[in-house]
Amino acid sequence: MLETVAQAVINGLLIGGIYALVSIGVTLIFGVVKIVNFAQGEFVMIGMYLSFYLATQFGLDPLLSLFVTMPALFAAGVLIQHFLIRRVLGPNDMPQIFLTFALSLLLLNLALMLFTANYRTVHTSYSDAALHFAGLYVPVAKLIAFVVAMALSGALWVFLHTTDLGKAMRAAAQNRDVATLMGINPNRVFAVAFGAALALAGAAGSLLMPFYSAYPFVGQVFVLMAFVAVVLGTLGNVIGALVASLMMGVAESLGIQFVGADSGLIVVFAMLLLTLALKPTGLGGGRVR
Amino acid sequence: MLELSGASAAYGSVPAISNVSIEVGEGEAVGLLGANGAGKSTTLRAISGLVRLTSGSVTFAGSDLAKLPPYKIPELGIAHVPEGRQVFPEMTVQENLEIGAFVPKAKADRAQTMELVYQIFPRLAERRRQLAGTMSGGEQQMLAVGRGLMLKPRLLMLDEPSLGLAPVMTDVTFEKIAEIHRMGTAILLVEQNVSRALSLVQRAYVLESGRVIMHGTSAELAGNREVQAAYLGI
Repeated sequence: MLETVAQAVINGLLIGGIYALVSIGVTLIFGVVKIVNFAQGEFVMIGMYLSFYLATQFGLDPLLSLFVTMPALFAAGVLIQHFLIRRVLGPNDMPQIFLTFALSLLLLNLALMLFTANYRTVHTSYSDAALHFAGLYVPVAKLIAFVVAMALSGALWVFLHTTDLGKAMRAAAQNRDVATLMGINPNRVFAVAFGAALALAGAAGSLLMPFYSAYPFVGQVFVLMAFVAVVLGTLGNVIGALVASLMMGVAESLGIQFVGADSGLIVVFAMLLLTLALKPTGLGGGRVR
Repeated sequence: MLELSGASAAYGSVPAISNVSIEVGEGEAVGLLGANGAGKSTTLRAISGLVRLTSGSVTFAGSDLAKLPPYKIPELGIAHVPEGRQVFPEMTVQENLEIGAFVPKAKADRAQTMELVYQIFPRLAERRRQLAGTMSGGEQQMLAVGRGLMLKPRLLMLDEPSLGLAPVMTDVTFEKIAEIHRMGTAILLVEQNVSRALSLVQRAYVLESGRVIMHGTSAELAGNREVQAAYLGI
């Protein structure tokens, strides 16, 4: 029994690391640019297809494709912010909601057209490898994904807290007008935030590829979890999103283990509703930290 | 050094200031007085580019501020300490000060300037690791002024620095502003507290309903009953 629980917790933490990459991106964009990016999951999907084609066409290991997907999606983020998001930033939220929602649908349907609805997988030498200890089973590909996800999340935190640009980003998140009075160009900060968020989504794509299938709707799985994590962890709070993502991974995994294979999301959303009822501001408190 | 001439600005279709002309010379301390809603804050916001002029001009040391994006204006040496302090609440005191010296020119001397700010406001030095949002109103006001000083400004614009402060803290704040002025920084002070403001500045403008209705030296205005009237909004 204890072993089963421990195994479920491990499984949950491992996938929670991926949820964290997606939710940190959503929360960063929300905290800094003040918009909800409904298309975040589609950028995970694009990261996966990029990684898939680099592996099948050029024989590049999906994990190494990080070095392509992250810069490529960073650039895409900067361009999307500059040419699309910037034009709808204003006192009215509706154009922003429609814009990112439309972007999500556009990317989804483009993917259906270009890649078809087929499931694509990449088989690596470590795809089936696993570590065994104390009767527990830890798949290597998922472990690597988890470790890299934590490292990237940590790197973002260090960036936000130690570099001038990172601090400028937090300042702009807390008070856009006053940040401008300090000489911070809000558009530049927004572009970097959007780029960084998409780079994390791209990283999630590369990290998933060795053990998860790419298909046009794959992003929806992760974005749903990300939105719950972002609310649970308090909108705009990076550490909150990270912790909530790991908690949700574990809750989902325990649900699957002890309630039934299809109950993962039920447990997660029950958690969300309970949290909103008891502590509507989320568990994290505060804004971009 | 700073010159607003015939400046008008509006929020949407609601005019906020019209035909305002003011000047601040190098190293001078000038007051902007008037009742709530007279357009004092809008005048400062128009100088720092947060509100765009609908007509008239604003220049600083020869540069046309209306042609610059707002974030370029601090680079010229204009620091704006906004109304209600508005420190970055979830950043430490030290981080707030660091952000104050974000522009390249100020960044080069950041460590030095920070020492100076800590000398002027020893309380901030004691609290350098504290989150700004957790400090008292008076301490946040010191931080807001200190953050403005981090720019090494030629002109320091202060919007109601005494707002919401206990009288003792107001005394301290005004002493510090006078000290900063003696160090050679020009001051543009928006203040509700007329007598305090006039004890600090050399000249002042009185605004009413978005227009300059009077200006003169502190001595001239101190004895003027219309100034009191403008404040009470009679």
